[in-house]
Amino acid sequence: MKIKNIFTYCFISSLFLFSLICIWKILVTLQGIELTNFNFNKLFIFGIILCAINLLIGKKLNLNIKIILLALLFSIFDYFISTNLPIWYSFGIFLISLFFFNNIKDYDKNFLSKNHSSQKLFFNFLTLFGITLFSFVILFPFYMMLVTSFKTQALLLLNPLDFSINFAQGLPELFKSYFIVFKDYNFGRYMLTSTIVSLGTVIITLIFAIPAAYAVARLNFFGKNFLSTSILIIYLFPAIVLVIPLYTIFSQLGLRNSIEGLLIVYTATTLPVAIYMLQGYFKSIPKELEEAGIIDGQNWLGIIFKIILPLSLPAISSVALYVFMIAWNEFLFSLMFLDRPNTFTLSRAIQFLNVGAETPRQYLMAGSVVVTLPILIIFVYFEKYLVSGLTAGSVKG
Amino acid sequence: MSSKLAKIEKRTAYLLILPSVLLVFSIILFPIFSNIWISFKNVELKDLRIPEPRAKKLVKSINDNPNQIKVIYKLRNSSLTQEITNVKFKDKYPDDIEPISLNNKCQFKSNLLKCELGNWPKKYRENLEIVFQNINNQEISKKELKSYKPKLSGKSQNILLTYEFTLNNFKKVIKDKAFIDLLSTTFYYTFFGTVGAIVFGILAAQMVNQKFFGRTFMRSVLLFPYVAPVVALAYTWELLLDPTSGTLNNLLINYQIIDGPINLLGQKYVTLNILGFDFKLRLALTTVIIFEIWRYFPLAFLFILARLQAVPKELYEAADVDGANPIQKFLNITLPQILAVISILFMIRFIWNFNKFEDIFLLTGGASGTRTLPINVYQQGFSIGDIGMGSAVSIVIVVFLLIFMFIYFKLLGKRADEN
Repeated sequence: MKIKNIFTYCFISSLFLFSLICIWKILVTLQGIELTNFNFNKLFIFGIILCAINLLIGKKLNLNIKIILLALLFSIFDYFISTNLPIWYSFGIFLISLFFFNNIKDYDKNFLSKNHSSQKLFFNFLTLFGITLFSFVILFPFYMMLVTSFKTQALLLLNPLDFSINFAQGLPELFKSYFIVFKDYNFGRYMLTSTIVSLGTVIITLIFAIPAAYAVARLNFFGKNFLSTSILIIYLFPAIVLVIPLYTIFSQLGLRNSIEGLLIVYTATTLPVAIYMLQGYFKSIPKELEEAGIIDGQNWLGIIFKIILPLSLPAISSVALYVFMIAWNEFLFSLMFLDRPNTFTLSRAIQFLNVGAETPRQYLMAGSVVVTLPILIIFVYFEKYLVSGLTAGSVKG
Repeated sequence: MSSKLAKIEKRTAYLLILPSVLLVFSIILFPIFSNIWISFKNVELKDLRIPEPRAKKLVKSINDNPNQIKVIYKLRNSSLTQEITNVKFKDKYPDDIEPISLNNKCQFKSNLLKCELGNWPKKYRENLEIVFQNINNQEISKKELKSYKPKLSGKSQNILLTYEFTLNNFKKVIKDKAFIDLLSTTFYYTFFGTVGAIVFGILAAQMVNQKFFGRTFMRSVLLFPYVAPVVALAYTWELLLDPTSGTLNNLLINYQIIDGPINLLGQKYVTLNILGFDFKLRLALTTVIIFEIWRYFPLAFLFILARLQAVPKELYEAADVDGANPIQKFLNITLPQILAVISILFMIRFIWNFNKFEDIFLLTGGASGTRTLPINVYQQGFSIGDIGMGSAVSIVIVVFLLIFMFIYFKLLGKRADEN
């Protein structure tokens, strides 16, 4: 039993260490450094030995000294089996192994003789490795987008694995793609259109949704239940089934290629979500406050403006941010309705850039950064509101 | 008194919801119903342009006679497919000018030239020539004549408003050999995309539910793919997966994991050999599903994390006392607690993935075996230009959607009864 536990401990730990090292090696390769071998056998066996040593030392030595010692041993070993690698690579290895040994420093013979210790160990490592892997997989495309926009066509073709940023070339050279995208490809204009459309959608949606949500949440009228169910149903209908009729109607009314047309459609499609989210919040506001307002002689307009709105500002901000995000990211309708470049939104412009003649990829990626960055900044800054908006309304999208 | 109040309340309520109801009705419900109408018609993209009678005005001077002038109207029907009936023509002239002779179609009265031009078949062209003179024998200014623009009007049948219906679109949709393939692709994509997103969502939620350094940051990062615009992400992935200069292929070749580049988005099938059995995997479709999972697992993660944080800690402590191992804890405590969220997520994500258009459109455009129903709507309606067919496919989608919604609301109602 105990032998089995020790064996699984060494095996799992070393495998985990190796996986971490692998991710680091991939990252190093992507800095344009030639590295073609993971050295699986050697590193794995040495890892097992070190884990066993860790177990043997146990708590006899100061824990901090122990982990530094083991990490140093590991990085020196790695330095000798690999050749021609820069010093920062080995430093990275040292930090990773330090992190790893820090995680296993508490394991000793006593721990391993407990129940389920190997399962616990496995899940601990799985969590740590999972977090690393998930962040890598999620962030890598974003990182690639950013770095590609800083490169030139020649460099990209020379070594597709080189994702280092050369700061020595100076800022104007570094941001060249952005200058070109804004100057030659007119992205300033598209950005303005996108901003106008998104903000416009937010404002109009709120103007329509707040009164309606108030009525659904508070007032009694015939057909109320029917209305709240239909909101949910309508909200599940996708854009793709609306596209053909809207296209035919808008073509005949001359509303295609106009920002107004886009605004109408975006407002209508986000309205059910907005009403659904807002009425849920309005219901949670105590009724007594409004009754006090009625006694003070307020009409419904006064109640909405003076009592409901100030109290539900957080909910309104979530809805506003959520609607902004939908409108900013929207692609299908802008593809259908806009075919003249002077009315393009950012999403449509990037698609046009990709479909049109051979656009160098650094420009495409610079455009992608231009459309992605604002929404990510807004997301990180207003995370609390947007997350609650997402959870309330995110069945859509 | 109270009934009066109730009446006021009712009126206020209708007033408050009316704008929203009208807007949603005209932009969402009305189009869904007009889909039915269009799907029974034979309409093509080029029929959507309304036929117009058009006229181009040319003014020519007549030799040696400055007080006479010839005006030529080049008339034509703008439509190549439809006729215009009852065309009327109107143009204004300056004072003191009169036509010398007029044909029976036209009249000249108080500076106005009016003509009844009758019916114009499709592609119709005609030149109308009229000579004018100045009554006072003065020179006629060409410029002044040109400054007036003729006005034409006519009636044409709007193909969308006729009462001619056909079942051909639906016959074509159902009889199409690719229809079964289309359905199976759609369901394959929807099912695996949904399940994958939920599985990864559970994994991520489990991880983030533990305490570690940088946890809030991690939560934001996990939501990035969902928040960022599709267009940017799809094109980044396309570059990442590119067979010649893409990063992924180059990495794999660099580490000698594969021998040659794989066209992950352009190859329909790949043959895998597992335990001696060959089986075909739909490669491009799988790649698109992986993108789909990558983009939407954050949502499942968010829902499940919120639920996990509400699970009482005492349950786990009790399990520890009983000596349960981590797997038992997950199966017997965590899973039952998040099952409700998972089933709702599954239904909703299933409906949405079923209708997903942008992701596939941007990555493959529906090529190499990734054509789903929504992609087909676009291809029929806009690539081929057969609006009627596109609408018929939309109707197929709506029918499936109604079935899913029925199941969803049944489940939702059942769950509400249980609580």
